Amino acid sequence: MTWTRICQLNDIPSLGARTLPAPKGEIAIFRCADDSVFAVLNRCPHKQGPLSEGIVHGHRVACPLHSWVIDLTSGEAVAPDIGCTPKIPTKVENGEVFLAVS
Amino acid sequence: MAGMRTVEELLKLDPARYDITVFGAEPHPNYDRIMLSSVLAGEKQVDDIVINTRAWYDDNDIALHTGDPAIEIDPKARTVTSQSGLVVPYDRLLLATGSRPIVPPIPGLNLPGVCAFRDIADVDTMIDAAGTYRKAVVIGGGLLGLEAAWGLKRRGMDVAVVHLMPTLMERQLDEAAGKLLQRDLTERGIAFFTDGQTEQVTGTERVTGIELADGRSAPADLVVVAIGIRPDVALAKTAGLEVNRGIVVGDNMATSDPDIFAVGECAEHRGAVVGLVAPIWDMARVCAHHLAGGDALVYAAQATATRLKITGIDVYSAGQLKAGEDEDEVILRDARRGAYRKLVMRDGKVVGTVLYGDVADGAWYFDLIRRKTDVSDIADRMILGQSATVAGGVAAAPDVASMPDDMQICGCNGVCKGTIVETIRAKGLDNYDAVKAHTKASASCGSCAPLVRQLLAATLGIEDTGPAIPTVCKCTVHTHEDVRGQILAQKLKTQDAVRKAMAWKTQDGCASCRPALNYYLLCAWPGEYQDDSRSRFINERAHANIQKDGTYSVIPRMWGGTATPAEVAAIAKVAQKYDIKEIKITGGQRLAIYGVKKPDLPAVWGELTAAGLVSGHAYAKGLRTVKTCVGLEWCRFGTQDSTSLGKQLERLTWGNWTPHKFKMGVSGCPRNCAESSIKDFGVICVESGFDLLVGGNGGIELRGTDKLGHVASEAEVLEYCAAFMQLYREEARYLDRTAPWIERVGIAYVRARIVEDSDGRRALAAKFAHAQSFLQDDPWAERANRQVDATEFQPLPALV
Ligand code: SRM
Ligand SMILES: Cc1cc2nc3c(=O)[nH]c(=O)nc-3n(C[C@H](O)[C@H](O)[C@H](O)COP(=O)(O)OP(=O)(O)OC[C@H]3O[C@@H](n4cnc5c(N)ncnc54)[C@H](O)[C@@H]3O)c2cc1C
Ligand code: SF4
Ligand code: FES
Repeated sequence: MTWTRICQLNDIPSLGARTLPAPKGEIAIFRCADDSVFAVLNRCPHKQGPLSEGIVHGHRVACPLHSWVIDLTSGEAVAPDIGCTPKIPTKVENGEVFLAVS
Repeated sequence: MAGMRTVEELLKLDPARYDITVFGAEPHPNYDRIMLSSVLAGEKQVDDIVINTRAWYDDNDIALHTGDPAIEIDPKARTVTSQSGLVVPYDRLLLATGSRPIVPPIPGLNLPGVCAFRDIADVDTMIDAAGTYRKAVVIGGGLLGLEAAWGLKRRGMDVAVVHLMPTLMERQLDEAAGKLLQRDLTERGIAFFTDGQTEQVTGTERVTGIELADGRSAPADLVVVAIGIRPDVALAKTAGLEVNRGIVVGDNMATSDPDIFAVGECAEHRGAVVGLVAPIWDMARVCAHHLAGGDALVYAAQATATRLKITGIDVYSAGQLKAGEDEDEVILRDARRGAYRKLVMRDGKVVGTVLYGDVADGAWYFDLIRRKTDVSDIADRMILGQSATVAGGVAAAPDVASMPDDMQICGCNGVCKGTIVETIRAKGLDNYDAVKAHTKASASCGSCAPLVRQLLAATLGIEDTGPAIPTVCKCTVHTHEDVRGQILAQKLKTQDAVRKAMAWKTQDGCASCRPALNYYLLCAWPGEYQDDSRSRFINERAHANIQKDGTYSVIPRMWGGTATPAEVAAIAKVAQKYDIKEIKITGGQRLAIYGVKKPDLPAVWGELTAAGLVSGHAYAKGLRTVKTCVGLEWCRFGTQDSTSLGKQLERLTWGNWTPHKFKMGVSGCPRNCAESSIKDFGVICVESGFDLLVGGNGGIELRGTDKLGHVASEAEVLEYCAAFMQLYREEARYLDRTAPWIERVGIAYVRARIVEDSDGRRALAAKFAHAQSFLQDDPWAERANRQVDATEFQPLPALV
């Protein structure tokens, strides 16, 4: 596992997301109100909706297609829905965002 | 209802005293007959209105025979014989056979398609007919007939009511309230034939219509007869009991045979029969007391109050409707809200009231009537309601805390404030449903539910938010109305300020409340509040509709459904350039390009912008389309230039944000080719000017428009439209289309604000124009040419 620098924190809008193409499928990187950053595969476990386009609140995002809510800390859908999207570890150092890619 | 209520009361007093057998003519266990109106209107299911289930009968060891009427009583042998041949002996017999609908001597009433409104079978007949047929006639403009008419209307039928008298519900309402009621129901699309004596029902295989004595007639596929009821005394006669209009009973509810009792509508007490449940519950209590061996309680008739159960129409009356010789009437009319109230006073006491539109004070007046309270010292303010009579009090709702303990809250079930409060405390109840289950308050017609909730809240010392009024979302206990009110009152200008001032449970809200707050702030502080794209659903954030595969559609504005050849060419060109296979003509009279990738959106918009096209807001909770027809310019029936007027309306209103999407239509004549009658704001051009329609919806729940009014000039159409849109912007809840909003506030209110109050209308239109000065900026041009929100459309560099 290596940490790869992706962008500056300020490249991601607060309560928003950016996407980046990657070999195993597009990744969505989210920035929450407390400036924590999370990354998941940009595919809703329901019907592959692009999670990056959803409304971010707390550490969660609501999928734009049918409003499933995904917990960004785990990649799991919030009950009653069941499903999970792969999570990618992130860290923020000196305002720089890193992703752990294997 | 009366019979099983007596049994329930008896079980409370002495559960082991009798082996109980119940015969019921209907195939169902006992149910809440009052709620048949709600079942017909589609607000409740039959299952919801059953009072005692078969399991309850088993649990209480009661033998229940449904669909098996008792046909004979032998008082000597002390037996009852049922239709199926059962012979059951008794020690005590209770008759609660209710009433039968009165069948007038009119030819044709035996045809299929004719029914009464009394039981589940009747409601089934009506619901079936509503599914297959279009036209219904209700004979009888009393409480029952009107509730039937409304239910059938709700089910999509064209409904006409024939009423013998000049005004509706003449037994419960005075003439003024009856007229208001007729006006409001007419607005809701029900037709009336008052002073109408039905002469015959026509048809051979099935009803085809009705004919009145004065020559008027109406077509009908369904005829509902609701002209009154008559106590059902057939069974009592087989026992040779004393019978007048009803079965004669004494103050202890016993008939002329001391072992046979009668309760409910079949009973006649001191010459009077009843037709509402409130006195019936008193009868049940008294009767159970005597059946259980008591001899203290006596039944005494009380004043009753009436309420009509038609959603959104509030009528209340009690006591005397008109002043006699020694009485005075005090009348208050509030044209703005379409409200009316009247008090009949005698010697400083209230003896009657009729309320229309605002009935919140009904329970209070009724209590004063029943108690014969001397109100001389507050007589001058009485008419203004309870809040006006307490010093300095401006409480909007009746003050439950100040009500005396023996004030009756639930008229149907005769439950007083004290009983409710005691039960809440004794049983530790903490929710409305539990209070209803334990006390039966609000368990019948439900109109006192708000009072019961307030009492619960007051007893528990919490704030009452009520169920009917939804909260914004789970992050808060506040309603939309609260939030909008506080934003203005406390001058809250950011979402954080609102969440803080109103004690939100979450720090940054959720996907439901953020868009709502964003909208409310935008509406409250035009030009000041900075729209928060992060609180917008993707379609509004990206100014395009997201598709199932994550691509987007692009739909430019085509003013009134028109375009220049150059504009059409530009659309075709951009589609070709970006390899878009399909252009679709939308249901809103314009062209849509489907399947655009998000990063391409700004470039696609750039080309369209260069050709003079702007966003069509096909994604927005704002103005969508203004459909038009060809009108005067081409059509042989056209009366006005509907296309041009449609374009003017679209130019006036585009770019606006509203609680939900907003659609318009302008048709050149009543043939209505632009479908104006299912739009949020529709115009039908006629020779003399323009009919204005509002509150239509062609979506999930079809709703035809209400007529707002008629104006003579195009300038007025524009002014009314702007004012209407602003009123909707300021007062509807986020995600309410105009249709549910108007259902809630009533067209009379909207008319009062827009049509009757011309200064108010102009002020609203001016506020609309002010808001537009900040909003009419094409979002596509901003993003294509001025790099607004650039990062929204650019992915980060690829990971390799
Ligand atoms: C494109 C169009 C269908 C078409 O192929 O023609 C369309 C497409 C959508 N409609 Fe519609 N509606 C379209 C005309 C209509 C009409 C007809 C009309 O406007 O005359 C109606 C019924 C009339 C009405 O609204 O009163 C209509 C009633 C709805 C509703 C139900 C609204 C309601 O109040 O019940 C929704 C759901 C909603 O808005 O919550 C909806 C929602 C949608 C959405 C936005 C669903 C969504 O949220 O993603 C669809 C986007 C599809 C897409 O992938 O772009 N659409 N939609 C039409 C666009 C017209 C335009 O030029 O802007
Ligand atoms: C649509 C509708 C709306 C109403 N709305 C209101 C309202 O808002 N407020 C209000 O106070 N009142 C309202 N009422 C009136 C209220 O429902 C009646 O006053 C109440 O039901 C009367 O109760 P009851 O027990 O006397 O008669 P019912 O409820 O009619 O019960 C009598 C039962 O006895 C059965 N029966 C008759 N003969 C026999 C026999 N020989 N053997 C066995 N069973 C027999 C009947 O089939 C019936 O089921 C409404 C009534 C209707 C129809
Ligand atoms: S009716 Fe409207 S919402 Fe339904 S599939 Fe068609 S376009 Fe989509
Ligand atoms: S695809 Fe995400 S909720 Fe359906």
